[in-house]
Amino acid sequence: MEGSLNMVGIGLAAVGPGVGIGLIFAAYISGVARQPEARSVLQGIAILGFALAEAMFIIAVGLAFALG
Amino acid sequence: MPVALTAGETEEFEAPGPAEFELPPAFEILGFGVTKPMLIVVAATLLIGITLYIAARRAAMVPGKGQFFVEGVYGFIRNGIAPDTIGREGAKYVPYLFTLFVFIAVLNISGIIPFVQYPATSRIAIPLGLALVSWVIFNYVGIRRQGFGGYFKNMMFPPGVPKAIYPLLAPLEFLSTVIIRPVTLTFRLTFNMFAGHLVLLLTILGGEFLLFHTQGLVGFAAGSVSLLFGIVLTLFEGFIQLLQAYVFTLLSAIYIGGALTHEH
Repeated sequence: MEGSLNMVGIGLAAVGPGVGIGLIFAAYISGVARQPEARSVLQGIAILGFALAEAMFIIAVGLAFALG
Repeated sequence: MPVALTAGETEEFEAPGPAEFELPPAFEILGFGVTKPMLIVVAATLLIGITLYIAARRAAMVPGKGQFFVEGVYGFIRNGIAPDTIGREGAKYVPYLFTLFVFIAVLNISGIIPFVQYPATSRIAIPLGLALVSWVIFNYVGIRRQGFGGYFKNMMFPPGVPKAIYPLLAPLEFLSTVIIRPVTLTFRLTFNMFAGHLVLLLTILGGEFLLFHTQGLVGFAAGSVSLLFGIVLTLFEGFIQLLQAYVFTLLSAIYIGGALTHEH
């Protein structure tokens, strides 16, 4: 076995945002299913939430390489 | 990382890392090295400028294909992003948001264009510069609208919060608006492009290695799957690149909209 422990950290860091993004899009899908006409409003909000949740993981990737 | 798929295999696969992004200067001007991302930025600027100039100059009542495409992108920003996030005053900021979106989109897409294949935005300086421009704009419009004291008061002491929370809330809000916003804008774009490009390199270089540098059926099968997956991932990466350009523009617009309005 060789490699950096940082890479294990990336995998662990992906868990939280993965769950979070799943919840965001689940809410988006059920929202559109209930009210299809609200799609355009919900889309922006869903993408925004996705971007904010994803930022956590992206920062982890950056730090893993920067501190490696 | 040693690969031991077949007995007697001595070649080792060099996994691509951050070093893949450190290219030597293509040429030098007065001792100043010009690298590939710089050339991509210049080429993208020229491409966007010329395309938009031609599309706007030959504006016809019945638009052709090119004009229709450019107007579609412009309409997406003007009718899709600006009114939802900034509101009635959104029209004033559409030129900035449109420039931002198109510039970032073209720089991102350079990562999957054959023979260019280098996302210029994966170098941190370019997203940092764009994020600082957005930072200056949203702070400037906020201070001009609400006054210097009013802007920071509304930012750090939002009304409708129990007084006891303020010592905790005020520094957090200040940090979040002044420091964390530009930093996350920069990091999100940079490392999305960085990580996406790295994954593409890994699947394609790894597939090539398994196909041509290992013997046996396992290497052949795994290499074929990896290369095919690389093509799928390239398309997916294109989608991510457009999405990230949209996210950067959307967040800039939300920050501008938030600085312009404040609840009483």
